[in-house]
Amino acid sequence: MAEKNVPMREALRAALIEEMERDERVFIMGEEVGGWQGTHKVTRGLLDMFGEKRVRDTPISEMVIAGAAVGAAMAGLRPVAELMTINFAFLSLDAIINHAAKVHYMFNGQFKVPLVIRAASGWGNQATATHSHVAEPIFAHFPGLYVACPSNAYDAKGMLKAAIRDDNPVLFSESIALYSKPSRIPDEEYVIPIGKSDVKRVGKHVTIVSYARGVEWSLEAAEILAKEGIEAEVVDLRWLRPLDLEPVFESFKKTNRCVVVEESLPHFSVGSELAAQLQEAAFDYMDAPIKRVSAMDVPLPYAKEIELMALPNAQKVVDAVKEVLY
Amino acid sequence: MAEQIIMPDFGTDEGILLNWTKQVGDILKNGDVIAEIETDKATVEVPVTVSGTLLQLIGEPGKTVKIGDVIGYAGAAGENVGAAPAVAPAAAAAPVAAPVAAAAVAPVVAAAVAPVVAAAVAPVVAAVPVEPADGNLPDGLRASPVARKMAADRGIDLTQVQGSGPAGRIVKADIEGYVPPAPVVAAPAPVAAAPAIVTSYGKLPEGADVEIIDTSKMRARIASRMVDSKQQIPHFYVTTEIDVEAMLKFRAQINSAMDDAHKVSVNDFIIKAAALTLTEFPNLNTHFYGDKLARHKRINIGIAVALPNGGLINVVAKDADKVSLSTLAARNKEMIARARDNKLKPDDMQGSTFTVSNLGTFDVEHFLAIVNPPEAGILAVGSAKKVPVVLADGTVGVGNRMKVTISVDHRVSDGAEGAQFMKRFKEILEAPMQLV
Repeated sequence: MAEKNVPMREALRAALIEEMERDERVFIMGEEVGGWQGTHKVTRGLLDMFGEKRVRDTPISEMVIAGAAVGAAMAGLRPVAELMTINFAFLSLDAIINHAAKVHYMFNGQFKVPLVIRAASGWGNQATATHSHVAEPIFAHFPGLYVACPSNAYDAKGMLKAAIRDDNPVLFSESIALYSKPSRIPDEEYVIPIGKSDVKRVGKHVTIVSYARGVEWSLEAAEILAKEGIEAEVVDLRWLRPLDLEPVFESFKKTNRCVVVEESLPHFSVGSELAAQLQEAAFDYMDAPIKRVSAMDVPLPYAKEIELMALPNAQKVVDAVKEVLY
Repeated sequence: MAEQIIMPDFGTDEGILLNWTKQVGDILKNGDVIAEIETDKATVEVPVTVSGTLLQLIGEPGKTVKIGDVIGYAGAAGENVGAAPAVAPAAAAAPVAAPVAAAAVAPVVAAAVAPVVAAAVAPVVAAVPVEPADGNLPDGLRASPVARKMAADRGIDLTQVQGSGPAGRIVKADIEGYVPPAPVVAAPAPVAAAPAIVTSYGKLPEGADVEIIDTSKMRARIASRMVDSKQQIPHFYVTTEIDVEAMLKFRAQINSAMDDAHKVSVNDFIIKAAALTLTEFPNLNTHFYGDKLARHKRINIGIAVALPNGGLINVVAKDADKVSLSTLAARNKEMIARARDNKLKPDDMQGSTFTVSNLGTFDVEHFLAIVNPPEAGILAVGSAKKVPVVLADGTVGVGNRMKVTISVDHRVSDGAEGAQFMKRFKEILEAPMQLV
């Protein structure tokens, strides 16, 4: 099978092109997605390929983008709306949570909302406290909305295609730090099913659960640990909703120890949820407290050194694994 | 098919069956108590891990049952027990093939096979709630959930497992690595039946240059007890030097007024001083019995008496803290005489709670005694000697000094207590008016 090294932004772009070619109801809207080729260049060239009708630049208003996208989806189109970053999604929470996620239920199934809202997520180079959010857990809180958090280019492509094809609204989070990271991607078309976790590395001593960018640190940590004879199993959740914890439970029953790695904050986080569900589902398999590696519970500082101190990394994952492996 | 009811592990190898709490024909549920047994620690209820009709009970009240014994069968009402496999579940790994029709034979097989397999294949006994019924671990015991579950599944008593996690938490690896303790040898034989003494010194010498003598019963008993003490009791020793000038003067003063029968020996002073000191250190008047300690309220001082034809026996100065010095002296004199005439009364030898061994009459500097189990301490008393000493004014003069060493069972007491005991003992002997 022929395959190429493709960075995540290109993989996402390929998914958009394939889905737009496959289904003419699929269209793109967002700030500067057309003329300026997209802030993160995921929509580069799409305006020329599909024209203004299907690649629409919008006013600088997240409420307008999300609100119009919900309306278009209810009317039968399949919008893929881009929010420049997830930080600005807070401006459109009413459209996303009260409308996109609920319309189908509020109106007794009369409407479907086949909508994808793509949003770039995560901290980068000193973007500070208001522009460094990793807000996926907020969206995963609400039933009615799927939340996708791909950890690499290969997954991102297959997951975006699945999101576009699904009739449920999907908040599709893209880690900014992963845009330029490549995966081997086959020429053949593939779709990664919604709500399926993925074991990224097999091990037996500890289960590291993560998603999105955290998977990268987890795999890096697993490499370091392997040199010391510690075999870590790394489970990539891929989707925060629907949340597929079966592979996590299965792994935990084998290793009895778990570290959750997340790019986001620790309060009411994916790590919190995992710890709760693990003790409910597998209490009798627990051999050590479940450890979380998260960003520090602070507004993110501006100074580079302090910013990095406040954020997770592979070494923090290694340290956490050793803490639970007594 | 009828299922076996297996005697679970309660952290001890066997127990006495007190009574059955179910009768043949009763319906059993998992967790029902089928019997009560008395172990060397407690009376415990025996729960079953099977469900069904109780078909047969094996064993009689008053008899010993061992871990892994088949103590009954459960199954469908009216089922024939003979159809059940005659081996314990543990024996699955062992080639015991013969189907035994009479279930009564089964316990033998189970008992023989189970302990061996237990070490290699851990899950011998089906789920047994080893933990207390309230679900709480005993005080101070920490175990991870998976360790608790595995211990319950395997019938392992968590109190017997060494935890390797933080603060001694028992974790999965500790359960996996747990090896049940080897069967403990039965309680030490009574004194009368002295155990055979085995050495590894090779062949008994022969020839004209050597005389071969039978080991006497007393020698055998001393050998057995002292080996036991030295091998099992972690001894520590605290020595102090006592100024006996005042005591010797006081003794001369008392004895000048006493008839021979009531004359007080140096050893009587020491016994009295030891007894009085023990009233302030009850822990050293305490005997060690594993998970229990017996703190004696009476202070009975054993006196090691060397016998004319060799050997050694303890006579016991009862209530040495309470009786007067002259009475103590008179009684001791009589007992020691009886010992040397081989006419001791049983009461002379019984009830010692702490021992004094005095070799002072043999002109010894000092020595270390072996604890006389189950006692916690023994005093070894050397000779009183005239020695050069630095006097209070800084000049050198002649002093009268005696070295005394206490040997202590470290399982019962610690160095500081031993030292405090000796300090107080020294104070009393150096101010001997306290002894009367």
